[in-house]
Amino acid sequence: MKVLVPIKRVIDYNVKVRVKPDNSNVDLANVKMAINPFCEIAVEEAVRLKEAGTVTEVIAVSIGNKSCQEQLRTALALGADRAIQIETDENLDSLNIAKLLQKIVEEEQPQLVILGKQAIDSDNNQTGQMLAALTGMPQGTFASMVKVDGDKVHVTREVDDGLQTIALNLPAIVTTDLRLNEPRYASLPNIMKAKRKPLMVKAAADFGLDLAPRTKLVKVTPPATRQAGIIVETIDELVDKLKNEAKVIS
Amino acid sequence: MSILVFAEHDNSILKAETLKTVAAAQAIGGDITLLVAGHNCQSVVDAASKVNGVSKVLVADNTAYAHQLAENVSLLVLELASDYEHIIATALTTGKNFMPRVAALLDVTQISDIIAVESSDTFVRPIYAGNAIATVQSLDSKKVITVRATGFDAVATDGNADIVTLDIATDANISAHVSDELTVSERPDLGAAGVVISGGRGMQNGDNFKLLEGIADKLGAAIGASRAAVDAGFVPNDMQVGQTGKIVAPDLYIAVGISGAIQHLAGMKDSKVIVAINKDPEAPIFQVADYGIVADLFDALPELESKL
Repeated sequence: MKVLVPIKRVIDYNVKVRVKPDNSNVDLANVKMAINPFCEIAVEEAVRLKEAGTVTEVIAVSIGNKSCQEQLRTALALGADRAIQIETDENLDSLNIAKLLQKIVEEEQPQLVILGKQAIDSDNNQTGQMLAALTGMPQGTFASMVKVDGDKVHVTREVDDGLQTIALNLPAIVTTDLRLNEPRYASLPNIMKAKRKPLMVKAAADFGLDLAPRTKLVKVTPPATRQAGIIVETIDELVDKLKNEAKVIS
Repeated sequence: MSILVFAEHDNSILKAETLKTVAAAQAIGGDITLLVAGHNCQSVVDAASKVNGVSKVLVADNTAYAHQLAENVSLLVLELASDYEHIIATALTTGKNFMPRVAALLDVTQISDIIAVESSDTFVRPIYAGNAIATVQSLDSKKVITVRATGFDAVATDGNADIVTLDIATDANISAHVSDELTVSERPDLGAAGVVISGGRGMQNGDNFKLLEGIADKLGAAIGASRAAVDAGFVPNDMQVGQTGKIVAPDLYIAVGISGAIQHLAGMKDSKVIVAINKDPEAPIFQVADYGIVADLFDALPELESKL
């Protein structure tokens, strides 16, 4: 069976983002970019399923301008077999991303689509669930364990009160949480090999979809900054401050 | 305008965050209906009917909704959607799971995790782990929204809403619940606690989290953890505070042995008072702490417990 892994190019998680002085957006000029950490976990899970013999082919897909080919090459170096770039210069809303992915699902007919639960730039946590709705597939979100069992997949989900395990009919959508796996580092030979793996480019405009924006970014501002506090020397002083200055304990 | 608010619950208790989500609905303005979807959830219905500002409680009590599977709940909300301009849920695991599914079925996008309401179509939400705040206008005719509860003050619970039982059972028959492994705790919910004490990698192992328990007992606090502590297996995932874990904003947050990565700060920096205990004076957590103490936590914690 085939697995489709949609991935996103985002700001590197170690970089602290800055807001542009005109408040139009954040400033991504000359900022280090990387594969979204949750997407990397998704690639790793798909590759492990292939190594276990459950899966025959892993296809990575990304939507964006030419620069997202870097992240597709990363996915190929981690073990994906081939890649698809859907070319667009627009910053598309999640719903439009899901509509484009739906088209790829129709073409490729994967039994499993594994996505990151959220991208660390927009923090939306939507695309996987939306793709599930559009394709009519069941969804196992925030997964910490994935087990394919015949025509079903068992997904253990990280929920507010602990863990929940559900069984989904295949084909199904899975979105990854942090504890699903620890992604490997791509070896140098695999990075070299990835350069020769197939990477197909399709234009977003060729899918015949209405991709008009659904939201308008009015402005982006820096968060309110906390005032720097004080260093206390002793526990007695701390307890005194909390009781008499901050008045948060009695 | 009419607003449908999804009640977050576990079939026995209406989660306190729902009271804040109703406050967000009030900020939008309109006639508010609360939807309780579950099974054997009468106590939730009773609590829901007392939530101020709610005119009507819709009850879908059916085995199809016992575990609030996204496939089934989204079809239920889809059936009700035509009566409402706004459909709102709390950004907790249930809402985060099924709401984007509702949005896509309605052919609209979702505005996630709002912390303020500018107008009926424009909302404020954190992006980049809270390092930027975006004001976003929805261009869709129907607004599907999830609410970050810490952005709003809870409404009171002395209301008296009408209860309407729905005769709907939408079972998509493509998913099933298998099992739960829930953390049982006598302590308050992380999201609802007035005091939170969290441990990080500096705790060294899960056993040492006992050092936090005595303090938590004295302060009536919930216990949280950083991602590093959860990844290292010290404590379960449901204790994680941060960008992709739980978002908390208690009156007092005590960070113990937590360095203060931006992903952790994203989950707690709206707390009223932050205390940091860390032996590294350069730890970034001190930059957001109101009171910092540079000390070995294994000395500081027993002393703190004895002096409270």
